[in-house]
Amino acid sequence: MKYIDEFRDGEVAKGLAAAIKAEIRADRRYNFMEFCGGHTHAISRYGVPDLLPPNVRMIHGPGCPVCVLPIGRIDLAIKLALEDGVILCTYADTLRIPASENLSLMRARARGGDIRMVYSVMDALRIARDNPGKEVVFFAIGFETTTPPTAVAIKQAHIEALKNFTVLCCHVLTPSAIMNILESPEVRELGTVPLDGFVGPAHVSTVIGSRPYEFFAEEYRKPVVIAGFEPLDVMQAILMLIRQVNEDRAEVENEFTRAVTPEGNDKAQNLVSEVFELRRSFEWRGLGEVPYSALKIRERFAGLDAEQRFNLKYQPVPDNKACECGAILRGVKKPTDCKLFGTVCTPETPMGSCMVSSEGACAAHYTYGRYKDFEETAA
Amino acid sequence: MSGQVKKGYARSLDIRHGRVDMSHGGGGRAMVQLITELFANHLGNEYLAQGNDGTCLPAGKGQLVVSTDSHVVSPLFFPGGDIGGLSVHGTVNDVSVMGATPLYLTAGFILEEGFPLADLARIVESMAQAANEAGVKLVAGDTKVVEQGKADGLFITTTGIGFLPDGIRLSGDQARPGDAVLVSGSMGDHGMAIMSKRENLSFDAPILSDTASLNGLTAAMLASGAAIRVMRDPTRGGLAATLNEIAQQSKAGIHLEEGNIPVKPEVDAACELLGLDPLNIANEGKLIAICAAGDADDLLAAMRTHPLGRQAAMIGKVVEDARCFVQMTTKFGGRRMVDWLSGEQLPRIC
Amino acid sequence: MCLAIPARVVEINGNDQAIVDVGGVRKDVSLALVAEVTVGDYVIVHVGYALTRLDPEEAAKTLALMTQAGLTQQAVGA
Repeated sequence: MKYIDEFRDGEVAKGLAAAIKAEIRADRRYNFMEFCGGHTHAISRYGVPDLLPPNVRMIHGPGCPVCVLPIGRIDLAIKLALEDGVILCTYADTLRIPASENLSLMRARARGGDIRMVYSVMDALRIARDNPGKEVVFFAIGFETTTPPTAVAIKQAHIEALKNFTVLCCHVLTPSAIMNILESPEVRELGTVPLDGFVGPAHVSTVIGSRPYEFFAEEYRKPVVIAGFEPLDVMQAILMLIRQVNEDRAEVENEFTRAVTPEGNDKAQNLVSEVFELRRSFEWRGLGEVPYSALKIRERFAGLDAEQRFNLKYQPVPDNKACECGAILRGVKKPTDCKLFGTVCTPETPMGSCMVSSEGACAAHYTYGRYKDFEETAA
Repeated sequence: MSGQVKKGYARSLDIRHGRVDMSHGGGGRAMVQLITELFANHLGNEYLAQGNDGTCLPAGKGQLVVSTDSHVVSPLFFPGGDIGGLSVHGTVNDVSVMGATPLYLTAGFILEEGFPLADLARIVESMAQAANEAGVKLVAGDTKVVEQGKADGLFITTTGIGFLPDGIRLSGDQARPGDAVLVSGSMGDHGMAIMSKRENLSFDAPILSDTASLNGLTAAMLASGAAIRVMRDPTRGGLAATLNEIAQQSKAGIHLEEGNIPVKPEVDAACELLGLDPLNIANEGKLIAICAAGDADDLLAAMRTHPLGRQAAMIGKVVEDARCFVQMTTKFGGRRMVDWLSGEQLPRIC
Repeated sequence: MCLAIPARVVEINGNDQAIVDVGGVRKDVSLALVAEVTVGDYVIVHVGYALTRLDPEEAAKTLALMTQAGLTQQAVGA
């Protein structure tokens, strides 16, 4: 597969590993946060940590929209399916997230909810057209990569005057989350999370461009390297970050030049601002209320807003007390620091969303990397 | 049996346009007609012809081996096969990987009211063809009809019966550190062929299910003289689930080399598109085998002489590991675990 | 939530619809979010939509950079 296989080449990986080893300084540690869940998954799936020197540590960030979706939002989707009798269309990732009353969307389906997995919002539109007698709601989650497709669908539904289609909008914004991390006491004051730089998201950046990250580099003096999704991209980005740290630079660099430009995708950005506007505040699982961090549907398209049509009231629901998802999302704790990890909380019986999404730090570690926990104990 | 109707007045089943209706399961003449004209016509043999509630079978040489499976695949007809062939292959394989020679099959059908007879005929013909190729005979069967909406077309349950020669004992708890792990061919074909036909995933990929009877291959492998510990067919859950099962049973670990695991490029690409891992995808015409390290080359050679084992490969080895983990060195160079899948394989968007 | 992969555009139809190919597998996607895409271009596809055109020259440059980093190490004898 072109533009995929070349960037997974094991021989080039060896070379990059050697280059990284040659450039790190032995007298310091390097801690980089990979913001995007896709990177967390790639790092685990290819065993990238095995090719990095021990003083380079990757901290998993909150860039997994499934992981940061609060229980209260899933409850809204479940309510729509079970009480309002809608056909609830969702991406596969949300189906197993544990919500209130021991339910999840998958369990709600077993209780009779008409909950359908779709690969694309276009499928949801089709379901709406094919079922004119039923209400169809699309559960829209995701960062800036996934928002433009929802915008296209909303405009399309508007043009077609589709009467039975609405969107439950839970789209969130990357820069706000990064800001939240950088502003957190653990990073700013306490130094509990020593952060030397960020591996910037790949596909979010194809949409928003590399410019939005310049603020973080300047204001917080943290280098950002935007990296493609393949393991070689991640290693190249780590090499670039190491160089910045060694040279005391804090710039935004772009490793993913084949798909990311400074301005990003104008057309997509315009479509998004046509359809959505900022919410004053939005609760993120693990991060609490974050201002101007999420989107809602504009008044002009109110007819396609599920929150309006079904008069939904968001109720925050606290997480399981022992669940450390919040701390893990902020990089303050590792999966193995959570008492529930691997015992009560496993991919089969997830307690929190870090374990549900295959990109969540806990799921990634459990599925791909937990053999290391035993080696460390044995060593 | 029904009373005789004067010759020339009996109307045969309308295979082309007819549909299953409740009378076909009623135990009366309609059901007998369905069985005679459709099932017995294609699947008949001297055992079915006994025509009693239970079939008498001759004694066999060695230990009796039995296996059973229900088939609920959707869609019923998929690229490379259908539920009929699949039901025969699956059960033949379960018996064969035990080292036994499969001889007999039983089949229970649950038909949905309204199911087109033309489709039923196709499926039954497919079963007959599969049974003939595998050299097994259908010796007992049952048909039930349920109301519309209660059976998704049809469900088939098959049971396979075979005999295991004395001296052969293959079992999942027999793998020992140092043993070689082999597969008979490419992983993930069947599951991705099914995915390609599922309603909400519309892609046009040339992926065919690998559904096939493996008894010829297993016979060749046993004849090679290699010390085989266990053979298993990696169906639901794929290679990952099967190897984890064996690791647990044998209380050992397994180390794999990703580069050695055969995967067809189009299966790779389809998995990539849907965010799936070929190691978790079902196979219906493949097997894994674990054997003594010294015999691996001979066993591999024996497999490769058989048409269903041409792509056979050695993919790893069994190791000491109290945790019974299955780990893999990726093509990239780093290591990761190959874990059981949680729940149903859902296409990842993220 | 960013699973997106590079795919080659093999057919463009009206209404912003196109067919792309990844390693022999074909899928319909929407081109509503991109402009000036032609058959033969590679695009990054996410949840059924093309997000951007992939620049083949930049891809080659990046790959060269990565390979170079390794070769330099060998030359230096690291």
